[in-house]
Amino acid sequence: MSEIFGIPVAVILGQLMLGLVNGSFYAMLSLGLAVIFGLMGIVNFAHGAFYALGAFAALIGLQQFGINYWWALLLAPIAVGVVGIVVERLLLRRLYRVDPLYGLLLTFGLALVIEGTLHQFFGASGRSYPVPPALQGVFNLGFMILPIYRAWVIAVSIVVCFATWFVIERTRLGGTLRAATENAPLLQAFGVNVPLLVVATYGGGVALAALAGVLSAPVILVTSSMGSSLVIVVFAVVVIGGMGSILGAVISGLALGLIEGLTKVVYPEASNIVVFVIMAIVLIVRPAGLFGRE
Amino acid sequence: MRTEAALYGLVMAFALCVPLLGIYPVFMMQLLCFAMFACAYNLLLGFSGMLSFGHAAFFGSSAYATAWLATAHGWGPAPAILAGMAVAALLGLVVGSLAIRRRGIYFAMITLALAQLVYFVCLEAPFTGGENGLQSVPRGRLLGLLPLNSDVIMYYVVLAAFIGVYLFIRRVIHSPFGQVLKAIRENEARALSLGYAIDRYKLLAFVLSATIAGLAGSLKALVLGFATLSDVLQGNSGEVILMTLLGGTGTFFGPVVGAAIVVTLQQYLSDVAGGWVSVIIGAVFIACVIAFRRGIVGELAALRARRRAR
Repeated sequence: MSEIFGIPVAVILGQLMLGLVNGSFYAMLSLGLAVIFGLMGIVNFAHGAFYALGAFAALIGLQQFGINYWWALLLAPIAVGVVGIVVERLLLRRLYRVDPLYGLLLTFGLALVIEGTLHQFFGASGRSYPVPPALQGVFNLGFMILPIYRAWVIAVSIVVCFATWFVIERTRLGGTLRAATENAPLLQAFGVNVPLLVVATYGGGVALAALAGVLSAPVILVTSSMGSSLVIVVFAVVVIGGMGSILGAVISGLALGLIEGLTKVVYPEASNIVVFVIMAIVLIVRPAGLFGRE
Repeated sequence: MRTEAALYGLVMAFALCVPLLGIYPVFMMQLLCFAMFACAYNLLLGFSGMLSFGHAAFFGSSAYATAWLATAHGWGPAPAILAGMAVAALLGLVVGSLAIRRRGIYFAMITLALAQLVYFVCLEAPFTGGENGLQSVPRGRLLGLLPLNSDVIMYYVVLAAFIGVYLFIRRVIHSPFGQVLKAIRENEARALSLGYAIDRYKLLAFVLSATIAGLAGSLKALVLGFATLSDVLQGNSGEVILMTLLGGTGTFFGPVVGAAIVVTLQQYLSDVAGGWVSVIIGAVFIACVIAFRRGIVGELAALRARRRAR
């Protein structure tokens, strides 16, 4: 059992693991998108830009202020979340009464502004972020080598996704949130501060994207455009999963990461497009998405 | 009506005199190509209410097809452009029939994702020149007669094509077909209950829009002499949305105004502002969505209507 179809098992497992790491990022990003969309009816095109902003916040923190990785994991999402809150207060809340397509257009413009500014200050070439000392090295599992940091990314993202699911589906706060998704004016009439709920949700969703950015900083090159192509894949993931379900977003994110990893082994040329092809197939077979209700 | 006719006359006179006025013809041709692209886009967003985020795929694939046929196979400009349009129409048929299965936000995300797929194909296909794209595309002779190497002749050909497209779109919108499209935009359920096969109408509008976008892309490839990845990039899809939105979605002349402003801005800002161009474009986007959603022409029309009501 050292080869399958002439491909060494270690190579396959390595790619599957890389796929799972990517899938973790897809899951965290599509989760934030789903939560924001559920409550606000806005597709946050700037999600990829906030993800990049998170990675840059960690990078700047390390280089300018000596903030280490562990603090960055906490502080970068908070900082980016605050940016998100400002954006919601200043811009997005003016759009709740108009067609949701305007929200998509506005956040598209926002993504251009954020990514353009990052590009101006940091240039086009990628920067690398060191893996924190405690997470360096590898586990030797006998049948494959598992870098500790990659295992860490997968573990953190699963914990974060589960925690988000738990908060939304099993707590009183989550209940209020779901009620606001169903009927915001009624909830407001019951005395719940819905605008506060909305701003907190947007801030939280954006912070989640930033957390994914910090997590990804040591495994990829940090560039101003790192989020712009990712967000399109995440949109496809969301179309495949159906935006209504949180668990659907997480499962499809992880699964598509795995499939992408597998494609890299079998037919590398198609690895960039496999997610989009799957999206097309899902649209033909089940237009509402795998977990969607329509 | 009379002011509208006068305005059209003025614009027409200006367009005809461009080569005499000493304005760089290549710049004007580029402007016309993007104006045509924006008009095609407006046919979809403005008159049918579908927000496509992937129109660069049609513009770009047609540009690539025309450039490839003209360079590698020595096709003349007319057949190369027609073939490019056919490619765009076919792609529009595929993308459109997938995307119209969903509405609104999902429609936008699906077109975006499928356009990204087209981008990767253009990046990796053996005949597209990868990162370099296809360079030095010959303009050739139109129908074996008109030498398009002269910028002035090429300019009038592009102008004629643009006017043809503009009149065609007006005709389409004022036809019964266009009226049904508007009805679908306003209230899809009602149009359906009146017995219209709305999916067929939407798909036809999508294919029409994609084909005209393809014509714009083919012409652009011949005018500038290259087809590159920036033609199929999502940034190009974003720009055409901005042109339409800025000029006035759902007005006839709005996209032309929007295209003129955006292309001019890009031309001059790249000297002054350097890398800040995309930031400025993003800021204009935000300003449009927040402050004037009707766009320049739409706001002017609304202003006139208000004056008249007084």
